[in-house]
Amino acid sequence: MIKITQWTVVCLVLCLSISTAFSQGLSPPANVTAVDTANDDGSSITLKWDAAPEDSGISGYQILRRIADGDLEEIGELLPAGTTTYVDSSIEKGSAYAYAVRAVSETEATVDSEQTAPVKGTGEWFHTGKISLFTAMLLFGAVIVWNIYYARSGKDIFVRRIPGLEAVDEAIGRATEMGRSILYTLGLGRVDDVPTIASMTILGQVARRTADYETPLRVPCRDPIVMNVVREVVRTAYLDEGRPDVYNEENVFFVSESQFAYAAGVDGIMLREKPAAIFLQGQFFAESLILAETGNSIGAIQIAGTDSEHQLPFFIAACDYTLIGEELYAASAYLSREPMLLGSLRGQDWGKVLIFITMILGVILELSGVNWITTLLQKVN
Amino acid sequence: MEIFGIWLAAFLTLSIYSFLYRDNPFYRFAEYLFIGISVGYYIVIYIHQGFIPFAWEPFWAAVKPFWPGIPREAGWIGLIKLIPIALGLLFFGGLSPRHTWLIRYPSAVLVGFGSGISIPLMLQTFIFEQTRGTVEPFAAINAGTLSPWGIIEAVLMLIGVACTLTYFFFSVEHRGPVKWLSKVGIAFLMIGFGAAFGNTVMGRVALLIQRVDFLLNDWIGMIIGWLGTIF
Repeated sequence: MIKITQWTVVCLVLCLSISTAFSQGLSPPANVTAVDTANDDGSSITLKWDAAPEDSGISGYQILRRIADGDLEEIGELLPAGTTTYVDSSIEKGSAYAYAVRAVSETEATVDSEQTAPVKGTGEWFHTGKISLFTAMLLFGAVIVWNIYYARSGKDIFVRRIPGLEAVDEAIGRATEMGRSILYTLGLGRVDDVPTIASMTILGQVARRTADYETPLRVPCRDPIVMNVVREVVRTAYLDEGRPDVYNEENVFFVSESQFAYAAGVDGIMLREKPAAIFLQGQFFAESLILAETGNSIGAIQIAGTDSEHQLPFFIAACDYTLIGEELYAASAYLSREPMLLGSLRGQDWGKVLIFITMILGVILELSGVNWITTLLQKVN
Repeated sequence: MEIFGIWLAAFLTLSIYSFLYRDNPFYRFAEYLFIGISVGYYIVIYIHQGFIPFAWEPFWAAVKPFWPGIPREAGWIGLIKLIPIALGLLFFGGLSPRHTWLIRYPSAVLVGFGSGISIPLMLQTFIFEQTRGTVEPFAAINAGTLSPWGIIEAVLMLIGVACTLTYFFFSVEHRGPVKWLSKVGIAFLMIGFGAAFGNTVMGRVALLIQRVDFLLNDWIGMIIGWLGTIF
């Protein structure tokens, strides 16, 4: 029994000596600095340290953090060897933190670096890394504003034929002749989604025509806020046409926020009310084919439009007309012929010409071994 | 309870599928149940994940320093949180026909914020990144590091992007070379849509198989097992 105890003590001493020897061989991470992360909202601090030599025996790093007078505590997972930076995103704004980096060997021996000076996370008003993007946006914005002024000066702006939009009057006329309603769905988008905003502008134009013809316009909504805004859009359209008496608030209604409950509800409305024309304009997801197929099965004339590239094939397959991607955004200018929208459309075309030129020039330059266009595009991103 | 759950799920699945025949009371029952449950579910979600953390708690934190008997730690700056809450409350203007105009203000703020966030993102992702992605392979062609198939891909990509871009010119009449370029562009679009169509249909068929598997194995399997114990 005494022998076993003696052997155990000897083994423990040996282990301790080996681990101490190894830990003495490890060098602590050098030049550890902690600075407030640039261009953020003050919610992170960035740590940097020098890379250790390959034969240093370091198998990973553990970050240690201390708040005010507290003790150092481990944060995050063990970082792999070779790491030289760490972003601590779990800080509280306004609190000062000091850090140390612990080098860990394969035998789990450890050695800590010196502690950094305490650092606070502070937010920046301007993201300097986005200046190139900001400049590009200003350029595009200037082109669009110039074109809007051009359109407002009374000069005629040509807009090419968009078959899906020429069918709008046909669809409304058909519904009026048949004495049936028109169903307009804006899809699943929120009020701040660009396709929903574009769809509301088209809805305004459709509502003007339905006000004239006294054709019932039914708008089932998925989002309560969208519903409120849509009611305003439709009401304003009816007022502008001098037909507030025809406007019925109940025709713009909420169904459900759940994607498939909404689809089931709209399908039910299609089957029971049998609208003569269906507009599917906005942001759609997996429910697109369910809606378009049901509309097709009741024989309604369907005009769809979305920028969701995965849903466009279904609309093309099941609807009479489909507005593809940007055609949805061009629709409002096409239908209303308002100088501001027409000018904006022309400005966007100029932007496309700029992209076209950049692309062709970029290809020629890349083939000649000059890569400043790709470098510039990289900077913008 | 589990047996009841399987029967209920099978009944609702078949009720929804009965829509394939025509509108009927079973479909209507499933539809109304689905809508009712989802509306109730989302109301609870919004109370717990929207109203309490984003309206009630900030409101209470803002007004607490002015409550009698509570030391004023925060001060006036905390009241800034009341502005978005007040904007949100304006949506209730829709409840009164005389005050519906009030909802224009929060709507304008939402649309403004949404556009402000999404426009730079769209420019980055769909314009600059895509332009760079189209041009960059030509650097590899110049360096001689691209395989013959890679070269074909890069050239096809350039033709596809250029022609599709031409299709989306609205203020130019599509005739002459523009017409032909845009026709090639629409062909590229249709090829892309065809691939997306096939891909998505495969996903939907997988969902159908999952549902049929439930009906055959879980439900009918359970009935057969039950009949086996009787006979």
